[in-house]
Amino acid sequence: MSDEIIPSEPSCSVSRRQFLEVFSSAVGVATLGGCKRASAEEFLQKNYRELSPKEVKQVVARLEREYAREYKKSVKVGIEPPMKGVLFGYALDLSRCIGCRRCVYACVKENNQSRDPQVQWIRVLQMDKEEGVNILHADPYYSPAEVPQEGHFYMPVQCQQCKNPPCVKVCPVGATWQEPDGITVVDYNWCIGCRYCMAACPYGARHFNWKGPGLPPEEVNPETHYLGNRPRKQGVVEKCTFCIQRTRKGLYPACTEVCPTGSRKFGNLLDPASEIRYILEHKRVFIFKEDLNTRPKFFYFYGV
Amino acid sequence: MRSASKLSLILGILAMGLALGLLQAAPRDSPADQGLQVPPPPFTDGIFPCTQCHDGKVVKLNTTRRELVDMHGDIELHHGPESRWCLDCHDPLQRDRLHLVSGERIEFDHSYLLCGQCHGDKFRDWKVGVHGKRTGAWNGQKQYLLCVHCHNPHSPRFKALQPLPPPRHPEDLKTASKESR
Repeated sequence: MSDEIIPSEPSCSVSRRQFLEVFSSAVGVATLGGCKRASAEEFLQKNYRELSPKEVKQVVARLEREYAREYKKSVKVGIEPPMKGVLFGYALDLSRCIGCRRCVYACVKENNQSRDPQVQWIRVLQMDKEEGVNILHADPYYSPAEVPQEGHFYMPVQCQQCKNPPCVKVCPVGATWQEPDGITVVDYNWCIGCRYCMAACPYGARHFNWKGPGLPPEEVNPETHYLGNRPRKQGVVEKCTFCIQRTRKGLYPACTEVCPTGSRKFGNLLDPASEIRYILEHKRVFIFKEDLNTRPKFFYFYGV
Repeated sequence: MRSASKLSLILGILAMGLALGLLQAAPRDSPADQGLQVPPPPFTDGIFPCTQCHDGKVVKLNTTRRELVDMHGDIELHHGPESRWCLDCHDPLQRDRLHLVSGERIEFDHSYLLCGQCHGDKFRDWKVGVHGKRTGAWNGQKQYLLCVHCHNPHSPRFKALQPLPPPRHPEDLKTASKESR
């Protein structure tokens, strides 16, 4: 999509795929020997879900060391677990969104997305009012002097955090899964970059790192989560995590905080007193591509 | 017939009781009472308190509907019927306060009560955090905005904004094949 395809330079941080190639040849073993010890640890790291608490600590410490070296500042890699009795849900007011894209850039900043090549987890579609929600009439590249434009409405699309996520089903290695609080996450250290999940997602919500993250050190958000916004590497897939590093601490996601129209609502679907439950019970709610039976936990509604 | 009149009498008493109750419930369930923080109303710099000028001496009270020329000429009223004017909402006697249709005076930081008189549906949604913006913690302390933080009460339509740049179009991407050309 908006990613750039540029051949990589050979480097010491070898991917899992390269590692396997390397291991299958005798010459490769010598190549591996030339690499840093940290990389060897990385090769042998298990899937995040199979790590013992002690191993998680070691992995986090290693990552924090690597990030500190790369970005010349202290980056915290959090491992906050899901809260009990919480299932996250999101609602977006289609009658209020004006398409200003503040959410897109707040998300990029909060979640350490690559600036160049450009990776954006939120895509705002400009729709024709006469057509309604019709993807054939959607324009993500609108750029007038002012929004909203007459005759249009705006529909931001990001990960819908499906209850029945096709992306998780197709992953051949189990590098992506749904957490108990409903957030679909990726273990960037386990992802092999096959991009099946991107093909399976009907919402275009997953993005590939064609290059290492083009992330200026001064812009790195140092408050990260292992399953969320920690800087990704080349060759892995990433996606919206409802700002797992914020929401598991009780904060609103960055897109909700920044929205100037208050169109974005977030909360616990299991709490009958939450804003999100009020919306589902009192407002007209629209589910994007409902016919695919993906069961999104991201809802669109009409607040008027 | 008798039971019908009885019923209407009971209903009448109930309605009166309700009206009285509403009038007397002065400190209503305000956001502050719910543990929510509200930023102060967005006054123009130096304009508040109004009694700086409207003290009854410097500026004498004039309750005649008119177009303002000496002061506040920058305010263009685009809110509801033509006949609306300043003292429909601003209190003529206590200038640092507003008043409701009932005559009850309220502070500027309770202006949502005034807005809610006409915009009942929005008021209802705002109180539960569905209309308007909330920030802070989804499961704890939140910050509310007042109606007037987003809607200028004199001209309430939400102002248009300049959108941030669009995503890069695939045609404009640098690719390996393009670079080698």
